[in-house]
Amino acid sequence: MAMVQPGNLQRRVWAARVAMWLFLLITLSPLVVLVLASLESGNTVTGSLIPRHFSLGHWYLALGIPWTEADGSITPPPFPLLTWLWNSIKVAIISSAVIVMFTTIGAYACARRRFHGQRVLLAIMIILPMFPPVLALTGIHSLFDQLGHYLAWLGVDSLWSLTLAHLGGAILPFWLLKGYLTTIDSAPEEAAIIAGATTWQVLRYILLPSFAPILMTAFTLAFIASMTEFPVASVLLHSTDKLTLPVGLRHYLRPEHFLWQDFAAAAILCGLPITVVFLIGQRWLVSGQNVFRVRD
Amino acid sequence: MSLTCRTFFHGRPMTFPRLPTIILTDLLLLYGVTLMYSQDEVAFALLLLVLATFGSWLLISKKHDNLRLAFPCLTLIATFTILPLIYTTNIAFTNYSADHRLSYERARAELLTQSWHPDGEHYKFKLFREGPGLRLMLIDNTSSEEHLLTGPIIVRDDTNAQQTVPASISIHRPVGAELPPDDINKNSTVLANLVILLPDGTELSMINPNSFATKARLYQADEDRPYPDPSLALTDKRTGEILDADMAAGYFTRKHSTEPVAPGFITYIGWDNFRRIFTEPTIHNPLLKNCVWSVTFAAISVALTLTIGLLLAVLLQWPPLRGNNIYRCLLILPYAIPVFVAALMFRGLFGQNSGEINPLFGSESLWFTNALLAKIMVIMVNTWLGYPYIMILCTGLLTDIADDLYEASALDGASPLQNLMYITIPIIIKPLAPALIASFAFNFNNLLLIAMLTDGAPHIPDSPVGATDVVAGFAYQTAFVSQDYGLAAAVAALTFLLMSAVAQAYLLATKRLQ
Repeated sequence: MAMVQPGNLQRRVWAARVAMWLFLLITLSPLVVLVLASLESGNTVTGSLIPRHFSLGHWYLALGIPWTEADGSITPPPFPLLTWLWNSIKVAIISSAVIVMFTTIGAYACARRRFHGQRVLLAIMIILPMFPPVLALTGIHSLFDQLGHYLAWLGVDSLWSLTLAHLGGAILPFWLLKGYLTTIDSAPEEAAIIAGATTWQVLRYILLPSFAPILMTAFTLAFIASMTEFPVASVLLHSTDKLTLPVGLRHYLRPEHFLWQDFAAAAILCGLPITVVFLIGQRWLVSGQNVFRVRD
Repeated sequence: MSLTCRTFFHGRPMTFPRLPTIILTDLLLLYGVTLMYSQDEVAFALLLLVLATFGSWLLISKKHDNLRLAFPCLTLIATFTILPLIYTTNIAFTNYSADHRLSYERARAELLTQSWHPDGEHYKFKLFREGPGLRLMLIDNTSSEEHLLTGPIIVRDDTNAQQTVPASISIHRPVGAELPPDDINKNSTVLANLVILLPDGTELSMINPNSFATKARLYQADEDRPYPDPSLALTDKRTGEILDADMAAGYFTRKHSTEPVAPGFITYIGWDNFRRIFTEPTIHNPLLKNCVWSVTFAAISVALTLTIGLLLAVLLQWPPLRGNNIYRCLLILPYAIPVFVAALMFRGLFGQNSGEINPLFGSESLWFTNALLAKIMVIMVNTWLGYPYIMILCTGLLTDIADDLYEASALDGASPLQNLMYITIPIIIKPLAPALIASFAFNFNNLLLIAMLTDGAPHIPDSPVGATDVVAGFAYQTAFVSQDYGLAAAVAALTFLLMSAVAQAYLLATKRLQ
């Protein structure tokens, strides 16, 4: 608390509070509208915020269960939402696991060891996020198109191809881990090396125990990036049962086929887990995006 | 020493059969390289060879311990992050597009599989059941007792698979029941994909619903000229004309004719795609619009998120405001929601027909038809999505500012605005600069938001794109809607140049921090 306080403090506090409440009202109201819309029956935009005809139908459909209306008619789920969610999770888990394995060792090497060309390599890695995969879509599509001539399961319209393509998201986890490593004390590792430990032993017995939380964070970062990735997935995947969540969810809101309430339930169902994971990891994630500040 | 080490680490020192493993892996990789080379994928073969050689050298060499440790990670990044960028630049110099999808070798192989029916014997046929499958009886025009009888034909689920069955001369009818014409229709795809091999080696295939006829290759390779001589010609067996590969146009053409023979092949065309971008108004007019919009959109987004984020961060740092942590959590919420969910949500709220927000503004769904309104909407939504990130960054930086600076200014009677302008902003703008530049670069290529929110709407007439499409969106539409991959790659390559300038600024900004 500052020692010197202006006289009109109370008025200022209240002004700040009101401003904050107003801002939060505007910012968070879309989310409230979305929740309410998912509980309204039917699929037309009503224009009223409070549901007039309360119904859990859209939630049933989002979970893949056919919904029986009051008049006996049965509505089947419009899209295989849970399949899409599962596809996204599969791709994200495998690609993130591989990314974390590779970047852990790479980050260790770049943070603790010196080798020829290291400065140039790190400079390249700093600017690489400026060239996102969205600019290389033609290249990615063509590469997998050609691979598919030889290995059908690595061609276009395969989840394995997408998993491989998502390995391109290794840069941010790399910087997160390297940034973390440069901030922690290297004395225990050096002691172990002097005692004759191999690199593997240092990684396994000295680093890994204290490293687990940051590894989980790196995994979360890569996982969320893969779960929410759209351009590459939309280029590589075509068949309905192979889509990932971001590509599939778009089909709910096409101008000619506008399923607003169905979308609301689906979006909450799939968006909520990602949001929760993000909120848990955000403290670390943010410091991870800040890593450029703590470079040595 | 080594004893203490062992007991300390509860493990045996690594006794890994290193050399045999390397040799085995290298043999496998070399096999892959040979395979690729034999399929004419020279670029991939070369890449794999270089990586394998470099990797093995690192692993075997006694020095370079440290680089060896970093090698797997660097390979991962080189293969999956850098290679697609280089490959895209490579495509920019080719004519890869809807009419030129195959490599030269594939296009040639494709032409060599094409067939035709020369004048020859036509065979009427009768269809017989043969266990679970079928059997054909082929009757030629002569009135002899002899006819041709095929071997059993398998009816698979995948009816489009080509099937070759032998046929032999016979005087007996098959044992199975003859099937009525209805069944011929039912099995038409099986029959259409059937090749019948006669005893003398000629092949028959279906030419119309009631008959089979001799099938022959349409083109013949000239065996005398050795492959892969680019002048290697094909002979059209119908007319005897020679087909030459026009390496500049990416087509096979007949002598004395410029009419291309499909399928075309991919070939290098130099700077043509770039020339098209700068000379064809139908390309550079919409592209320029998208480019101006991308820069405007990114700049305004950064400015707005910075203003709101900084103000909120300052407010949250203010101790008299109780409940700071609750405010903080609620304010971060838009950042935690995945962009694809949030952007689609706003697409529904602004509604093309009658969204939930329209009554508030009294405008009837102009959000997606009026270019200016659409742009305002995109910027509003992006600010909603982006301010928490800047807020979090600023909160972190504000805690570093010493309190006594504000104490001193309070003694001098400074207003909150003066504090912000003369103390806070000058201190945090330098460490914030890299994040702002990165945010600019990110938004410049923010295809995800546009694809989810407006899909580029409203549409620009006579172009594949819309008014709210960013440059990356232009490349996307050109490649995957208009199927002009070469042109799209050229647009991407130009964007690389632009991004290089931004990256330079970014490097400078990070260097200044140290």
